[in-house]
Amino acid sequence: MMMGNPSVNMTATTEAPLLAVDDLRVTFPTRTGEVTAVRGVSFTLGKERLGIVGESGSGKSQTGRAIMGLTAGHAKITANKLKFRGRDLLSMPKSERRHIRGKQIAMILQDPKYSLNPVMTIGRQIVETLKTHEKVSGAQAKERVITMLESVQIRDPGRVYDLYPHEVSGGMGQRVMIAMMLICGPELLIADEPTSALDVTVQLDVLDILDKLVSERGMGLIFVSHDLRLVSSFCDRVLVMYAGRVVEELASADLSKASHPYTLGLLNCLPTIGSNRHPLPVLDRKPEWSL
Amino acid sequence: MSAIISIRDMLVTYDDFAALDHVSMDVEEGESFGIVGESGSGKSTLLRAVSGLAGFDSGTLTVAGKTYSGQSRTKEFYRTVQMVFQDPYGSLHPRQTVDRLLLEPLAIHGFTDVDVRIARALDEVGLGAGFRFRYSHQLSGGQRQRIAIARALILEPKILLLDEPTSALDASIQAEILNLLEQAKRDRGLTFVMVSHDLGVISHMCGRLAVMKSGKVVETVPAQALESREFSADYTRQLLVASEGFSRG
Repeated sequence: MMMGNPSVNMTATTEAPLLAVDDLRVTFPTRTGEVTAVRGVSFTLGKERLGIVGESGSGKSQTGRAIMGLTAGHAKITANKLKFRGRDLLSMPKSERRHIRGKQIAMILQDPKYSLNPVMTIGRQIVETLKTHEKVSGAQAKERVITMLESVQIRDPGRVYDLYPHEVSGGMGQRVMIAMMLICGPELLIADEPTSALDVTVQLDVLDILDKLVSERGMGLIFVSHDLRLVSSFCDRVLVMYAGRVVEELASADLSKASHPYTLGLLNCLPTIGSNRHPLPVLDRKPEWSL
Repeated sequence: MSAIISIRDMLVTYDDFAALDHVSMDVEEGESFGIVGESGSGKSTLLRAVSGLAGFDSGTLTVAGKTYSGQSRTKEFYRTVQMVFQDPYGSLHPRQTVDRLLLEPLAIHGFTDVDVRIARALDEVGLGAGFRFRYSHQLSGGQRQRIAIARALILEPKILLLDEPTSALDASIQAEILNLLEQAKRDRGLTFVMVSHDLGVISHMCGRLAVMKSGKVVETVPAQALESREFSADYTRQLLVASEGFSRG
């Protein structure tokens, strides 16, 4: 068929997990000294949906970016292990990393308004991704892009192919983004707040599409978000981050058994329909959480 | 009737597009009134038309017994009505200190005891005197929103227009800001008009809410209706489903 098949060359590395992260640290030098955004994050990922939850500044996005290889140039990344399919991402040559990025690991960013190229038609920028990684003819590429746009439930993909990003809505822009990221059939997808910029009612449609594609194609997914409830309803497993560290790891089904005071505080401070709590409980941040 | 804000047949058009299509609405004194709706439904346009940031083409607006039209508002209007915006990163002047930001409304309205008022305003939103001479880039998102609230409250208005006041903030900070707003409302007997897409926030804060779609008010219901699900608009139902999180169908 038209789609790339990610499971073809699995045999050689069946033993290794899709992604193994051990003691990942990301440090930024600043005028006032070093700031460590990620301080020793470890996890392994198979073909599953993993959620990373935390508030702004917790290091959740920097964790995703370090795996993708998109951390700012002046930052220092160290890890005992950062392996994708058994291959060390940190020590491999840049050209090899570039080959993996987009082809085997792809990333969906938050806001389609800023992450799509505004002066290139939607079709052309998806074709660009495809042609960077695969040798295909122009006609074949177009055909595959249109099939891909169809699979993210864009009606009339032939018309959307020739539109510019500003001519489509936010929800459609994010579906274009998903199409662009999945066109090369990646094995690992990192989604950094994929629906936060969208209207609430559109969010569920986009998540639905993402969910179907991820399970159909057997990808691993890292879902980065600030919304604990959303993530736990979408993912199999959740890491809760605070001040650059993982403070709690939970199976989504066990959300009610969360024990870390930060996780409990996060769950507790949301106003919900039908609960009548005035004032709302607020987080009492303990300094020892960030030790 | 003790409606403090009364809107009748308000029309706002941009070229051929009716952003507000003959909207009528009454907000009682002392209540919290919520407005929900999808993007483009006109909820922010409504707040901007009331506050005079954008004019309206026809219809009437009565606030605290005075009638206003178009985009012209009196000084007295702004003593009565103040607004807090969604994005605390965009609504504070980047090159003014907190002191300067809070001085602006006082200077416009000719207050003389500015020192006392600024100190008191900071104190009221839970920021000490240490924040007075900082710039907004030296503050976190939650602290900025506190400054924006202090700036709105410093003129002792009767009505606060809140346009998604917490949607740019983390959940834990949202709780703090909502508590702060409720406290201010209790202390000063304020009237709130609050736009949000989060039904949890609306049902927590508001007594009644209006649902908007394509520039029209589709329905107005008491907040308890969310709990008992007694509403008719499709969009309200969609929002309610969305507020319950993702489920595999």
